[in-house]
Amino acid sequence: MHSGSFRDKTFSFFVYFTLSILGFATFYPFWNAAVISFNSGTDTVLGGITFWPRDFTLANYQVVFEDRRLVSAFIITVLRTAIGTSLSILATAIFAYGMSRKELVGRKFYMVFCVITMYFSGGLIPYFLLIRELGMMNTFWVMVIPGLISVWNMIIFRTFFLGLPAGLSESATIDGCSNFGILFRIVLPLSGPVIATLSLFTAINHWNDWFAPGIFISNADLLPIQTKLQQILNSNIMSQQMSQMDSAAAGHLQNMKTVTTKSLTMATMMVATAPIIMVYPFIQKYFVKGVLIGSIKE
Amino acid sequence: MNNRGTTRRFFRQWDLQIMVVPAILFIFIFSYIPMYGVLMAFQDYSIFKGFFDSSWVGFRHFEMFFNAPEFGQIMRNTIVIGLLKLCIGFPAPILLALLLNEVRKMAFKRIVQTISYLPHFLSWVIVSGFAMSLLSVDNGSINMLLQKLHLTDSAINFLSLPKYFWSILITTNVWKEIGFGSIVYLAAITGIDPHLYEAASIDGASRFRQIYLITLPMITPVVIIFMILAIGDFLNAGFEDILLLAPNPSLRDVSDVLDTYVYRIGIQNNRFSYATAAGLFKAVISIGLLTTANFIARKSNNSLW
Repeated sequence: MHSGSFRDKTFSFFVYFTLSILGFATFYPFWNAAVISFNSGTDTVLGGITFWPRDFTLANYQVVFEDRRLVSAFIITVLRTAIGTSLSILATAIFAYGMSRKELVGRKFYMVFCVITMYFSGGLIPYFLLIRELGMMNTFWVMVIPGLISVWNMIIFRTFFLGLPAGLSESATIDGCSNFGILFRIVLPLSGPVIATLSLFTAINHWNDWFAPGIFISNADLLPIQTKLQQILNSNIMSQQMSQMDSAAAGHLQNMKTVTTKSLTMATMMVATAPIIMVYPFIQKYFVKGVLIGSIKE
Repeated sequence: MNNRGTTRRFFRQWDLQIMVVPAILFIFIFSYIPMYGVLMAFQDYSIFKGFFDSSWVGFRHFEMFFNAPEFGQIMRNTIVIGLLKLCIGFPAPILLALLLNEVRKMAFKRIVQTISYLPHFLSWVIVSGFAMSLLSVDNGSINMLLQKLHLTDSAINFLSLPKYFWSILITTNVWKEIGFGSIVYLAAITGIDPHLYEAASIDGASRFRQIYLITLPMITPVVIIFMILAIGDFLNAGFEDILLLAPNPSLRDVSDVLDTYVYRIGIQNNRFSYATAAGLFKAVISIGLLTTANFIARKSNNSLW
């Protein structure tokens, strides 16, 4: 079919070459960070660590997992992601089901009420003061409750529910099923793909959020791993600025001779990323579909 | 009469309303109350007096903001970074989609796609961590490479020199989002009738000409919709990325944009009214930009609304 003229062959070469470079450039930062996290810190300082660990060690991870504060930050993150995602998906799905029923009184008004919030918002400061007024500062729930209802997810759920055959719920009503019954026994069991997609995006948002806990939580024991990591990176760059040297000397961990701030940071980063990288192969087929659902708006 | 009928229907479908009304109340609290709170941009808001007892001062905070010594710099940074993201960050996923579409070896295509989507799922904290590691003065990979190629004699402290900041910011943004952004365009390309390409290649059009004459025109509607969204987002030059890549004040001359300024002045320095005024100024211009972009797009029948 493709006769393969010289011009087209050069073109093909250009395509494969560019994409290979791009793929490499995307992959290398992960790989290099992982390699450094498995290399002894004092050896990394000597330089030249690129593709393989030179002085393989698990000491960095050992320190991370022995650090009570990092472990508890990790647990907080897991809890927050699990609780936040399940509550938010449940609440949003119930809301969306109500909004998908044509007989709902006030349906149009509710919809406009919701859509307005997608274009206008009060901005950071009034939101910050509201959270404070509500007494949610420094609580675990500040990471769960404000994100409970997502208008965006509601619209996607609703669009999906509207696409289900109307006969299903009609016959269920005739059999005496209530609206809650229809939602939980018929609609939700049929919504596997959309629940999976939206749960995935919600979970990733919870997992990656560092800013909200950063401004709303001051109790160090409640901070999730991303916020902790941000503080570590931040203090690293500061100390680097001051001494222009790797802050191995700053060591609050003199007992672990092979560990440096850099190798420790890399190990922490890997721990904070590992869950995402591990579920990634399983979720890939869902999110492509999810992006396409999400980009269609009425 | 009609009203009473509606009320009666409302109460008869109490089970449906119970699904909706709490969520509406929730949205009222977390979205509408902050909108109302924007009015404190026109007050001398004091946390002791609260919103209702603070005194009204009209546009004073806006005037203070426009006359602030850093105003010019913040506007310049916001516009430059916004433009860079629009001119480089926006077309990059389209280019990637076009390239991926030319790949005939399915295994290769799948590998590149899988790798390129992944960074989207990382937090900015991790991405900034990668950037710091690669660009670090002591044995960061980039500095090692530059020295090995004899392009520089000594390591460059990329992350604390203002002249590199914009390039680093744009590169990391493209790195993170190029693959994920390409998904929609790839889907649009997949929808193109393959007969068009066959006809074109029989007529002797090169692969490059086929992209130019078939693929690009066919995905234009999608491109325009995303373009409108990108323009509406123009003043959101960046927030998380800038906070994380420029944590130290030495970069503030090139890194401070409207959002980071509001955060710094409002949350860190507790000047609530002043910061709200700056935030409101941004919101008003953003809405204007979005409306204008949509108006232009409507002329070509591709509008959002």
